[in-house]
Amino acid sequence: METTATKTRAPLVGKRIRRLEDPRLITGTATYVEDIEMPNMHYAAILRSPYPAAKINRIDTHASEQHPGVVAVFTGKDISHLGPVPCGVSLPDLRIPNHSLLAQDRVYYVGHPVAVVVATNQYIARDAVDLIHVDYDPLPSISDPEKALEDGASPVHPEWPNNIAFTHHQEGGDIEKAFQEAEVIVKERIVSQRLVPSALEPRGTVSTWNSGNQSMTVYSSTQIPHILRTLLSQVLKLPEHKLRVVAPEVGGGFGSKCELYPEEALTAFISMKISKPVKWIATRREGFLATIHGRGHVDYYELAAKKDGTMLGLRVKLIQDVGAFHMLLTPAMPTLSVLMLPGLYRFKNVKADVVGVFTNRMATDLYRGAGRPEATHGIERMVDILAAELKMDPVEIRFKNFVPPSDFPYDTPTGLSYDSGNYAAILEKALDMAGYAQLREEQRKGRENGRLIGIGLSTYGEICAFGPSPALPTGGWESATVKIEPSGQVTVMSGISPHGQGSETTFAQITADELGVDIEDIVVAHGDTATVQHGVGTFGSRNTAVGGTALFLALRELKEKIERYGSMLLESENVTYGGGVCTCNKTGTCVSLTEIAAASYKASKLPPNTQPGLVSTNYWEPPNFAFPFGAHLIVSEIDRDTGEIQIKRYLALDDCGKVINPLLVEGQVHGGVAQGLGQALYEQVVYDDTGQLITGEFMDYALPKATMVPTIETERTETPSPVNPLGVKGIGEAGTIAASPAMVNSVVDALSPFGVRHIDMPLTPEKVWKLVQKGGKA
Amino acid sequence: MKISISLTINGKQHTDQVEPRLLLIHYLREVVGLKGPHIGCETSICGACTVALNGKTVKSCSLFAVQADGQDILTVEGLATNGQLHPIQEAFWNEHGLQCGFCTPGMLMTTKELLERNPQPTDDEIRHGLEGNLCRCTGYQHIVNAVKSASKAGG
Repeated sequence: METTATKTRAPLVGKRIRRLEDPRLITGTATYVEDIEMPNMHYAAILRSPYPAAKINRIDTHASEQHPGVVAVFTGKDISHLGPVPCGVSLPDLRIPNHSLLAQDRVYYVGHPVAVVVATNQYIARDAVDLIHVDYDPLPSISDPEKALEDGASPVHPEWPNNIAFTHHQEGGDIEKAFQEAEVIVKERIVSQRLVPSALEPRGTVSTWNSGNQSMTVYSSTQIPHILRTLLSQVLKLPEHKLRVVAPEVGGGFGSKCELYPEEALTAFISMKISKPVKWIATRREGFLATIHGRGHVDYYELAAKKDGTMLGLRVKLIQDVGAFHMLLTPAMPTLSVLMLPGLYRFKNVKADVVGVFTNRMATDLYRGAGRPEATHGIERMVDILAAELKMDPVEIRFKNFVPPSDFPYDTPTGLSYDSGNYAAILEKALDMAGYAQLREEQRKGRENGRLIGIGLSTYGEICAFGPSPALPTGGWESATVKIEPSGQVTVMSGISPHGQGSETTFAQITADELGVDIEDIVVAHGDTATVQHGVGTFGSRNTAVGGTALFLALRELKEKIERYGSMLLESENVTYGGGVCTCNKTGTCVSLTEIAAASYKASKLPPNTQPGLVSTNYWEPPNFAFPFGAHLIVSEIDRDTGEIQIKRYLALDDCGKVINPLLVEGQVHGGVAQGLGQALYEQVVYDDTGQLITGEFMDYALPKATMVPTIETERTETPSPVNPLGVKGIGEAGTIAASPAMVNSVVDALSPFGVRHIDMPLTPEKVWKLVQKGGKA
Repeated sequence: MKISISLTINGKQHTDQVEPRLLLIHYLREVVGLKGPHIGCETSICGACTVALNGKTVKSCSLFAVQADGQDILTVEGLATNGQLHPIQEAFWNEHGLQCGFCTPGMLMTTKELLERNPQPTDDEIRHGLEGNLCRCTGYQHIVNAVKSASKAGG
């Protein structure tokens, strides 16, 4: 026991500190799934359908099975007793086709898994895939979601000839009245094209069956290890307590690893069959063919307004390209779009009709933003289109329609309650930073000289920190355990499953401040169902707001326990814990956390009603989502001769509530913006009319390179969320949501002298050049 | 049929019998056990597999192991010396030049060659120099900052 003063140091929360994750990542010593080695490892490779639709007459695996080094070949009939790839969403008229792990009598998209070979090494496995002969009868297919809805279109699933996968209707306010009262109505068809999420680490899985205790371990590059375990238990018909899922180092996900994919179950099934560990790693081509795609919307917008720019109501028909099957959350994607249709604006009348359409393509599902980028792109484009129609400045029309700060919490016509915000303030800040008036003047002068300069804005809002459990099929709560080891170091176990976000660092910052311990004395563990209590995982910008809050609650509870031990050791009722020591408020005598930890485990004496050890587990069920917002502004210039777009300035002003680590927030903004610009300028999934995937590799899918992304000027406002005690919102998806409308608004603004009103993404130089050449006529 | 190859990897001599078709990346990862270089695309676009061959960066997914016979290879594992991080590694750490870390080993190797060729690169030169390495997480800005910071540190 000491009488030294409490150790004081500046809080770490709010500091730009470098990450605890990085030493292993910069030295090549991190362990991703492909790095896992085990004795007797076997390798799986998958034969995929070359046809978008075909009947399977016969599969001849004989030559493949006879190939030296091949252990087994499995086809649809071998796995027909296993459960299907699950869809976790329910909607009243949702049609869920049977999505078996391997094709049964028919294939539905190019890339559909047909057979799996397992061999002693990956080269042999891939050789042997080519030795399988499948007798197919090609069938008519449909690739375009709008054509799929036409009479006489080829049915993707013969049992549902109209290709409708689901419908969803939502209405708020009085839309008919809004349109009757309208003095101006603007309409546009807006496409959010399919994208490939393209995590740099391909999907992969290693499964190992222990026949002795009948238990299975599945290592997978996943964002949701606990959810995956529950789903695998259902698919494999294995008891969940005998199943362990580990998400080791995960090389990016962006939503695409929030699934149960067939390969995760197949490797487990094969491992049981051959009693050997089995590894499968996706090739990049499989990353394009058979990993979920994002977006895939064709949306028809109608916006009703007064002549003074007051928006009255929004009517939208959303067509979601589902693909051939649902994945875990596919049907939820457009319903998330609907929620965010009002954006930051206070009109009270919304009507949305969603139709999900089956096509002979890979499924769509969560990709960074998941439904919200489509909605934000729509409303932010429509606001600009309305401004152009009324010859108003896009800034003025936004100020006129923002939900004012006095209206929070604000109930939207789509049933949400926005938690907090000051939308005008962040836009004003952006305009100041940009020097908006001067920019407009430069644009005017430039136009006189024939220059095509554009200024584009998006004032975005987003829904994140997913979320209240009733809103999610997985549950929306999160968990944390904090364990002070007998020697006084701290282990945090979190139910989230970060994979690049830096949550090991932000969670250690929160822990260090609450417990007054050095950050070096904290380890944050996650992603292993055998060591970490059940949790929900990482998606929907929820790590800090939901997982961080669970941690905060566990820390608070643990501090009470520390004080009970401190009180016992100091023989005083009046003690306070802080800065790593418990101090008697009367005498100033103190006892360190190390001493308290040792005493709690030795347990020779216990405080009243207190158990040995210093461990606390807590959970957080958020009462609401959180709603970040911001203003992004892009100055662009178009080269008349080539159609190339140069981004001269990119301003990203975001409000994600309280900030734990500004360095990491900036990293999330930069990365998010790069993906949003990827959609706006470069990326698109192309299937040709015969259903073949034309963009099947990085060679023909334009993922942004270092030269294709501008330097981003970041700034923030900080409006705490009242939803959680940390006041945090979320920042993972904001940049992606904000960037694409700002970019398109900027380019449309540049081309407005030609009468251009809308351009669909990606804004390829060819598309832009043609508009310039034809004087604005597409 | 297997072919004998002898080469130096991170300063250490290795001799192995390999299939002629074995890719250099698979040799490094699975025979030598160096898991730092990653496989991101198999088409030499993403650069996650970048290593230095006789001081020049190559995409090790697009070379056969036998082509490296008699040569000198440096991988990310060879950057730190005596437990001391290379200034480029320090710079990426300080500047938050990585998120998921999958592209990082390749980025570090490319940066090393870039700074050897051009010790004081401009932002544009850095971005052009990194064109053969894809990153999906960072939007490149903190990577550019890291390269500048390493340049100042004489990395």
